[in-house]
Amino acid sequence: MAVLVYAEHDNAELKKATLNTITAATQLSDEVHVLVAGSGCAPVAQLAASVAGVSKVICVDNAVYAHQLAENVALLVKDLAGSYSHILAPSTSNGKNFMPRVAALLDVSMLSDITKVIDANTFERTIYAGNAIATVKISEDKILLTVRSTAFDAAATTGGTATVEQLDDVQDAGKSSFVSEALAVSDRPELTSAAIVVSGGRALQSGENFTKYLEPLADKLGAAIGASRAAVDAGFVPNDMQVGQTGKIVAPTLYIAAGISGAIQHLAGMKDSKVIVAINNDPESPMASVADYFLEADLFQALPELTSKL
Amino acid sequence: MKALVAIKRVIDYNVKVRVKADHSGVDLSNTKMSINPFCEIAVEEAVRLKEAGVVDEVIVASIGPKEAQEQIRAALALGADRGILVQTEDKAYPLQVAKILKGIAEQEGADIILLGKIAIDDDNNQTGQMLAALMGVGQGTFASKVEVVEGKANVTREVDGGLETIALPLPAIITTDLRLNEPRYAKLPNIMKAKKKPLDEKTPADFGVTMTSKQDVIKVTPPPERSAGIKVASVDELIDKLKNEAHVI
Ligand SMILES: Cc1cc2nc3c(=O)[nH]c(=O)nc-3n(C[C@H](O)[C@H](O)[C@H](O)COP(=O)(O)OP(=O)(O)OC[C@H]3O[C@@H](n4cnc5c(N)ncnc54)[C@H](O)[C@@H]3O)c2cc1C
Ligand SMILES: Nc1ncnc2c1ncn2[C@@H]1O[C@H](COP(=O)(O)O)[C@@H](O)[C@H]1O
Repeated sequence: MAVLVYAEHDNAELKKATLNTITAATQLSDEVHVLVAGSGCAPVAQLAASVAGVSKVICVDNAVYAHQLAENVALLVKDLAGSYSHILAPSTSNGKNFMPRVAALLDVSMLSDITKVIDANTFERTIYAGNAIATVKISEDKILLTVRSTAFDAAATTGGTATVEQLDDVQDAGKSSFVSEALAVSDRPELTSAAIVVSGGRALQSGENFTKYLEPLADKLGAAIGASRAAVDAGFVPNDMQVGQTGKIVAPTLYIAAGISGAIQHLAGMKDSKVIVAINNDPESPMASVADYFLEADLFQALPELTSKL
Repeated sequence: MKALVAIKRVIDYNVKVRVKADHSGVDLSNTKMSINPFCEIAVEEAVRLKEAGVVDEVIVASIGPKEAQEQIRAALALGADRGILVQTEDKAYPLQVAKILKGIAEQEGADIILLGKIAIDDDNNQTGQMLAALMGVGQGTFASKVEVVEGKANVTREVDGGLETIALPLPAIITTDLRLNEPRYAKLPNIMKAKKKPLDEKTPADFGVTMTSKQDVIKVTPPPERSAGIKVASVDELIDKLKNEAHVI
């Protein structure tokens, strides 16, 4: 039976997390369909059609899906569910929002944030902020999963020759309406898919210091900028930069943590990074126990020096 | 208006979790248990709505073992009015919890139902969304701001790209993110008062729900250990290591 992947996009671009989810889907079936629901999302459907491993793209283009309201999207996905053994979505804020709603509409339990496919019914996922890995067998007729993007390689964006099917299915639940959004605009790479991430913690002391000390380093390295919860709570930087159990999960090749102590909730979001560097003036900080390279230093001196010497 | 808050008893977030040697689960014996931090934020928000005169009564409900009474009492000490414990020794999965909460919400005629966005033990992040679907109402998940005006809730949500505000007609489900509020500490007199507040006991069967799930945790293993690396003495040494040893820059 075919499996369905819900595409994460902004009506213009296909988000990378979709590619990781497609890889997970190809481990479950040879027939992977991608659902692109949005408003003016035809370009995204074209992009999805060329992704390796995809055999069909279903494009549902209607204003009711413009803001991906969970109430509407869930009805749509439920409508399509009949033809699929598995339905997968990236574990983005969007995927986390609507997928459990679909599951309840179908009266099935589901698995969040899987990190490994063992067989069609058995999956791994982390629990307790990454302090344990559970192997779970799920015996529902229809298996719904959200997929942790850092745990699966991205499918190639070329090589696929899927057909694009337009579907007219307008689901307006009338239970929610979009009011406004304040989205961060940045020229930097996206946090969850960047090869290098530099993150700052409470020790940065202010938003100005993020600009003064972290941004130049990020510019030099072509890195994304992340933050600890303490830095976000203190208002230094916006919420979309939080790395951790309850923020974003990242696994770059290089993660530089400046002035971050390394609480388990923060580690949960970055300890799968390939190389971890910590810059901290406290050699006892828990970050020292996961860092490949620990530089005991005052970050206000070390960061400018590092930036200038790179 | 009535607010219903769902709270889960979980291992305290400060406790370092250990996986049992036989890989059957994590060791919870003699560990400190608390209200899930996100649920505490939900309780605080409901109490603030009451203090603001928006709701008249705050009911807290928990599905879990007898000991979950402690967490309900803690929520009552924060200002909730009464509690409901749906007692079960079975593992409570989100779908079953949502079905029970639906029963409670309908029985109580709750207008605003608050949950945490995620329980920090199983890290599911599902229950609120499932409850909203079962009740056929709107959901404001990952809320960092809630305003209740004229029969609707305006909810600002923390999303991957930043913030999004949606409007939901009541009744509606709201799940809390970390920055919605900072929960108060319970004062001693309130802890005393909480002991006298009503706490009803129910069972899943009272709501026609059986706790069996089609999920089976086959094993629980510790994550691969990351061995601590080395200390570098200077920025120069760090750059050298990153270039010539790790080959990442
Ligand atoms: C339910 C829950 C969920 C959470 N989710 C997350 C999450 O997703 N992400 C997250 O990050 N946190 C999360 N937290 C919070 C987490 O527990 C920590 O409180 C937080 O990560 C601490 O942030 P920090 O390391 O920036 O601050 P601190 O712990 O205060 O650490 C600051 C560090 O900077 C060092 N330092 C100070 N001055 C200097 C200097 N001049 N030069 C160099 N180093 C210096 C200090 O030695 C210290 O190690 C969560 C907590 C809870 C309860
Ligand atoms: N056993 C439970 N009893 C009461 N509320 C629960 C229970 N399990 C989950 N919840 C609620 O659902 C939220 C999200 O939990 P979860 O979906 O398990 O991550 C929690 O923060 C609680 O508000």
